[in-house]
Parts: sequence; structure tokens; C-alpha cells
Amino acid sequence: MIEGILIGLTTALTLQNILMVMVGCFFGTIIGMLPGLGPMTAIALMIPITYGFDPATGLILMAGVYYGAVFGGSTSSILLNAPGVPGTVATSFDGYPMAQQGKAGKALAIAAWSSFAGGTLSAIYLLFMAPSLSKVSLSFRSPDYFALMILGLTAIAAFSSKGQFLKAMMMVVLGLMLASVGQDSLSDITRFTFNNMNLTDGISFVLVVMATFAMSEALTIILKRNDPTSAAKQVSLTELGSIKINKEERTKMYKTIPRSSVIGFLIGVLPGAGATIASFLAYGMERNVVSDEEKEKFGKGSVNGLSAPETANNAACSGSFVPMLTLGIPGSGTTAVMLGALLGFGVQPGPRLYMTNPEIFWSIIMSMYIGMVILLILNLPLIPYIARILAVPKNYLIPLILFFSVTGIYVMSFNNFDIYLMIGIAVVATFLRLYDFPMPPLILAFVLGGLMEENLRRSLLLSNGSWEFLWDRTLTACILATTILIVVWHIYKTFKKKN
Amino acid sequence: MNINTTKIISLLFFIFSAFYLYTAYQIQVFAFDENAPFNARTFPIYLGYAGLFFSGLKLILPDPNTIKVEHKNLEYKKTGILIIIAIIYGATILKVGYFLTTSLFLFASYYFLGERRWILMFLLSFPFVAAFMYLLHGILDIYLRDPFLQSIGVMG
Repeated sequence: MIEGILIGLTTALTLQNILMVMVGCFFGTIIGMLPGLGPMTAIALMIPITYGFDPATGLILMAGVYYGAVFGGSTSSILLNAPGVPGTVATSFDGYPMAQQGKAGKALAIAAWSSFAGGTLSAIYLLFMAPSLSKVSLSFRSPDYFALMILGLTAIAAFSSKGQFLKAMMMVVLGLMLASVGQDSLSDITRFTFNNMNLTDGISFVLVVMATFAMSEALTIILKRNDPTSAAKQVSLTELGSIKINKEERTKMYKTIPRSSVIGFLIGVLPGAGATIASFLAYGMERNVVSDEEKEKFGKGSVNGLSAPETANNAACSGSFVPMLTLGIPGSGTTAVMLGALLGFGVQPGPRLYMTNPEIFWSIIMSMYIGMVILLILNLPLIPYIARILAVPKNYLIPLILFFSVTGIYVMSFNNFDIYLMIGIAVVATFLRLYDFPMPPLILAFVLGGLMEENLRRSLLLSNGSWEFLWDRTLTACILATTILIVVWHIYKTFKKKN
Repeated sequence: MNINTTKIISLLFFIFSAFYLYTAYQIQVFAFDENAPFNARTFPIYLGYAGLFFSGLKLILPDPNTIKVEHKNLEYKKTGILIIIAIIYGATILKVGYFLTTSLFLFASYYFLGERRWILMFLLSFPFVAAFMYLLHGILDIYLRDPFLQSIGVMG
């Protein structure tokens, strides 16, 4: 492992990669601060830029964007009570009241240090857990992978949109259907192309991500007359106050951070869960373990109440890399986008990644930590200035997002059809968003579609067409039972709500 | 059953799934693969049934979280114009080239979204695209096809 860490450090600490982490963190912070534009949009917009780099550098850039976006989301939660990303909603419970008391600088500092500590601890957990899990996952067989993918898709549908499980499952199916367009990987038989040559190679992953996130978010902002930059304009006017944390506050954080980081990391590892659930759970748990006196302060500017969700959401971000790096199965929409980008680089994440491409595996882990340090050093003192950059009116922001989206497709295929297809998918996605149909399940399903079919193919061929492979192995049966429980529970809840 | 837009979308998805399923059954597989445990149409067929199942459930089950969209508050005109500009952009980018079409697309989008600061609009279109092109083509070595710039000898 020491050798791996050194490989990772050697790759991550090159001048180019440090620069990439800095650019990623900076860009991610800006996008993350804008309510409605989350890490997935930020990463999607970065994809065309990554074409010019090697896989490790491209992924380092995207990891920086991810962390920057989460940090940016915390900033708007604290200063404006307008979370940029769902994972930072719990941060606003105590961060915003603290800012209202004239302690915005302190709240930002607590959030930044908690994020840093949460990220550091989870990077350490990842460091130890990922190689072990990689070894364990080598014993996984096709039926286990198939069941695990079903579980991941069901879980993301269950958690991504509260009370909208069936809508999310419809999006999962739609994502898998989109992935099935084009040549069958084994027989080369074309499917759903309707004799259109442009569809023979299937629909590009970048196209779907750009359409369902970047472009459709831009269209939704215009359609709903939202102005994400209006919030940013207020930030620059806010008096931040001191960013110093006193001894008493530090003592409280020392207790909160370790337990919240464990919760965050473990929740992040679970497929479909992620930063939002991790931050709410950590907030809830913290409220239960503190003294009655401290409990009274929750919701009114508690240090523990701010530190816990911030630690947990950053820890969950690192945790969500575990299933992606070790099993090749992303646990969240954001890591699904990264997996898609990796596949585009010709790198197949999975248990063998850390043997075949150790420099990628370890440099991602190392760059996470470097990203945390850079976020702390750069972003905290720079927040008021970053906020000023954000005061770009939406009249400029929206065309620029559209421009990045079209450029991403243009440089990839030089094909008009792909641009039309992207616009078409974006229009449908915008309409679906209006009625609360979640997009992350669609992306995850689109990324996993090919792998899922491949594993089902192998399983069915090995079992001679029998579905017994689903319960032949204990591991497969357990994973499948969990999936069935989630489905039944959500359908039952729908009935119960009505009655 | 209460009919709302979500139910209509579910119905459309149900019809789409039925069409997908029908098309899946029409996929031509090799003769020796016809009775194989798994062939090119197996997975799509399962997907078609899954689509029918979930959209069917959405149709018949109660909808406790009905979404109401105030259509009169939505900005259809600007959104429509932006989509049309994007389609024109897509249609011309290959023939005219990246620089000119992208700059014009940005300039037109700023204008139709209500911007009237001409100098800023210009700076954030033509010079901005030129700088971005330099980043992609010049520094990152990502090929950008541009017949217009090639015809005037700016690009090799």
C-alpha cells in the first residue's frame, strides 16, 4: 500500500495535476454556489476539457470539481439559506442562523474545517478500505454483479426523490432503454436504430449527461424565471465577520467530526445513498448524543449542528468512490458521470483497476486529499471574491452553459445529429423535471445498462437460461432480498399515504 | 382515478414502453441464437416489461405528491427562442465552423435573453470564443473543425 500511496502522490503532485485540482475546486465552488446547479452539472461541463488530458489528470480535475461544488453549496447554505446542492441542506439548519447572528465568517470556517477533517478521515478510510474491498470483490461473480446493479438502481430511485419512487424507477427504465440503443456488444446486431446510421454506435454518454443536466438545467432556469446568480449577488454584500474559531468551539468539533465522518463514509459507500442522507443522519445523530443544554442550541446556530452535516457530506463524497473504484458500480449520480468519463478514457473501473492502472486508482485517492487542502487554503479566504465573480447575470450564464454543452458534443463527434439529439433529450428532460421526475437515476441506469446486460447474459448462459442464479448463491440472494424489500416498502408507503 | 399531468406522462411512458417492447420483439437475431437462453432481444424485452410495470403502477396507484405547475408563470417564449437558436447553431456549426457560429450563437442568446450591453455582449462572444478555442485547440490539442477560419488562413 505504501508503494501505491507513493505512486498516487507522484502522479497527483505533478505541477499539472495540482493546477487541475485548483482549477477544479475553484470552478466547482462557483457552480456549487448557484442554487440548482450541482456537482453533476459542474462535472458534465468539465468533460470536454478532460479530453485533452490523460485519464488520471482528467479524473483529478473532476474530483476537484466535485469537492469544490459541495463546498460551494455549503457556502450558499450558510450565507443565504439557499443550498446549492441537496447535500448541504442540513448545513443551513445551523449555519444560516449563525450567519444571521453576524458570525458568517465563523460559520464558514467551521464548515470548511469540518469538511476538511471529514474529507481527510474518509480519505484515510478509503485508503485502507478500497484495496481490501477490491480483493474481496474479485470473488464476485456475474449474478452478484447483476444483483448489485439492480440494488444500486433501486436504491438511487428510493433515495433520490422523496415520495417519487415510481417516477424514479421509470427514469431508471428509461436510462436502461436509452443504453440499449445501438449495436449489441456480443452479436453486433443493431437495436432501436430505425435504420439511422448515427445511432449504430449507440447514444453517447456525454450527450445524455449534457442533455439531462447542463442543458436541461439551463432551460429550466429560463423556463421557471429563476435567477441563480441573484443569491450570489447578495453574498458579496454580506459582512462575513471573523473566521477565527475559539477553543470551546474547537473542543466541540473534535468530538463531532470523528463520529460524523464514520457515518458519512459508510452512507456514502452504500449505493444510491450519498451526501444528502449522510448529512441528515449525522445531524440527527449529533442532536441525540449531545447534552440537553447543547441540544437546545440546535437550529439556532449550534457548532455541533453545523459541523456534523458538513463533516458527513464530505465523508460521503469520498465514500461514494468506493463502489465505483472497487466494483466498477457507481453509488451516486455524480460518480456515475465520473465512471462514464473513465469508460470514455478506455479505463474500466473494477476490482482489477488497482492492479492494472494503479496510478489512476491511487492518484484519485491522493488527489482527494490534496483537493481538501486546496479548498481550505484557497476558498475560505477567497469566498467574498468568488462571490463577486458569481454576480454574472443569468443572461450570460445560461448561454455559456448551452455553449459548453454543445461544444462538448461537437468536439466529440463532429455530427449535427448528435446536437439535435441532445437538444431533443434536453427538452424532454426539462419537461420531466417540471413534474419532479429525477434525472440521477436515469444517468446511473444509462451508465450501468451495458454492464448489466453483460452480467445478465453471462449469468443466464451459465445457468442454461434458468433464473435460479438469483438465489443459488447466498450473496446474490441477500442483495436481491434487500432490493425487493426496498421496492415493496416504497409501494406500501404510497398506499399508506393515500389511506 | 384523478387525472393530472403526472398520470398523463405515465400513460405516455406506458405507450412508449409498449412500442419499445414491440420493437424489441422485432429485433432480428441470428438463426442459431433464436432459442439461446440469451440473445440480442432478451434484455430489451425485460426492459419493455419493466417500463410497462412501473408506468402501469404509477397510473393505477394513488399519487400522494401531486405536482402542480403554474403554466402562466413559465417563460415559454424565451425558452422556445433559445431552443430554436440552439438548433440553428447545431445546423450550421459544421458547415460554417466553430468560431463564427459559436460567437453568433452566444451573441444572439444574450440578446434574446434581454441583454443590451453591447460591448460586454461582444467581449463575451467573439474574443471569449477565440480564447476558448485557443485553450482547446492550441493548448489542449483538441481538434476543432472550422472551415471558415481555414478559408481565411487563420487555422491550419
